[in-house]
Amino acid sequence: MKARSFLQEAMIAAFMLIILVCIPFVSDSSAVIDFGIRLAAFAVFATSLNILIGFGGMVSFGHALYFGAGAYSFGLIMQHLDLPIPVAFLLAVGFCATVAAIVGAICVRLKEIYFAFLTLAFQMLFHSIVVSWTSFTGGDQGLMGGLPRPPFLGLNLVEPSDLYLFSMVVGVVSLLLMRYILQSPFGFTLRMVRDNPDRAKFLGVNVWRIKLLAFVLAGSFGGIGGIIMALLVSGAFPDFTYWTMSGEAVFMVLMGGVNTFIGPVLGAALLLGFNDIITRVTEHHGLALGAIILLFALVFKHGITDFIVQGWHKLTGKKVES
Amino acid sequence: MLKIENLRKSFGGVVATNDVSIEFPRDSLCAVIGPNGAGKTTFFNLISGALQPDSGRILLDGQDIVGKSSAQIVHMGIGRAFQVAKLFKSLTVEQSLRGALLSPLGKSSSLAGRFPLSVTRDRAYEVMDQLGLTPKANVISGVLSHGDQKLLDMALALVLSPKVLLLDEPVAGMGPEEREQMMDTVYGLWKKGGLTIVLIEHDMEIVFKVSQNIHVLSYGKVLAEGTPEQIRKNPVVIEAYLGSAKEHAA
Repeated sequence: MKARSFLQEAMIAAFMLIILVCIPFVSDSSAVIDFGIRLAAFAVFATSLNILIGFGGMVSFGHALYFGAGAYSFGLIMQHLDLPIPVAFLLAVGFCATVAAIVGAICVRLKEIYFAFLTLAFQMLFHSIVVSWTSFTGGDQGLMGGLPRPPFLGLNLVEPSDLYLFSMVVGVVSLLLMRYILQSPFGFTLRMVRDNPDRAKFLGVNVWRIKLLAFVLAGSFGGIGGIIMALLVSGAFPDFTYWTMSGEAVFMVLMGGVNTFIGPVLGAALLLGFNDIITRVTEHHGLALGAIILLFALVFKHGITDFIVQGWHKLTGKKVES
Repeated sequence: MLKIENLRKSFGGVVATNDVSIEFPRDSLCAVIGPNGAGKTTFFNLISGALQPDSGRILLDGQDIVGKSSAQIVHMGIGRAFQVAKLFKSLTVEQSLRGALLSPLGKSSSLAGRFPLSVTRDRAYEVMDQLGLTPKANVISGVLSHGDQKLLDMALALVLSPKVLLLDEPVAGMGPEEREQMMDTVYGLWKKGGLTIVLIEHDMEIVFKVSQNIHVLSYGKVLAEGTPEQIRKNPVVIEAYLGSAKEHAA
């Protein structure tokens, strides 16, 4: 089974990026642009969560902490400091990485349900801080006053088309980077730790260190999702760090498929798409969305890409690179 | 090569390992036998660092390894195969072995480069060839037959080039033909030289056939030690264990 090289995957990514960038030229609709930017944010967010769930075997219920941390730190930096967007971007990601390192150092020692609860607890702690520190974060109103967007590299992110281009590039590059990381030696050690942490230990792997590294990477990329979102809504809201946001990411991962790289991206597209359709077609959003999620949980029992891969297995008897 | 001195381990009120002293000479092939509950697996757990003894010393090539973690002990040269194969079920045979090799290279947490690393190819294939797993290199571990899973489990212990190989019931769950194949493989590995093998086994036929020395454990204590001939004739051992073992092998 010949695996694709990184160069081949980078070329696929470049090709996809070109297609994505061309879409607004084909369809003039601002709804398409809006959807695209949101998809970029959530595709990155959901894929970052799957570093933990699918590849690390660590189910986190509190991943929204990083989505919110990215949005808020980026927003606050832009509002209070006179920095170019790329610099603010990197600082915000750095902030998320730091928070993830601290939270992760405590959480990754724990297993399964205890890990899940503690990640949720930390996320709600962060949420409380955001909501109560009204003077700094705007409290439950969120960051008000908009975000300054000084142009950079010929891009003016005030323009939706430029923001779309920026989001597509950041989204695709982030996904490519996560792909690179998951196909690295670390990525496979992570899979080993997922499959049999005992054996990994007997092979000399420092399991805690591997899990912590995964946690920090997941938190950093989760923050990137939040930054894109902050740019879209020109601010940051407490909802970004609420447990419902964590739940959405978990749904995206589960619906798209935990065992493939691209699963969460598909899951994000599906959930966002369903959301949009449902809100247009009916008033009963929760009911409809809930029914769809139940369908996946009870009938399909696997995410879509897992379904496809399993079907391929059965047909050809071959293992597929995922 | 591996010298255990006055090893003790209790779990609450139960003394699992009771003042055990055993020496495994360099390049020997020895067996540790005894009924279920004798403390054999606990013994292996203590040697491989999965458990810490209450007292005693474990000397590997003269160095006391008590207090070291299992990861450290692996790097010092003790490899272990398990009674129930501990595998990375979603990885292929080749991926598992090449993944295992990342650790001694210090590349386990490396973000640089694409897995698998080319330097790991030769050793992984060498071990697969030794154990006859090469045709199954691209099979996902989880779908391997029981016998192949045990072979992969052993391969994962071997691939790090250990000085001492601990095999916990290598033929457990296998039919007679598979048992013979497995023991031929183990014997062949040992014959190549440079490896000290310690075997836990219940199959007495195998134990008597391949071991140079046999150590009998009972209730955490060493009951008897000697060559297969000596053990076979030892009245205490016969009375306590070979009687039940004969039923087992029959």
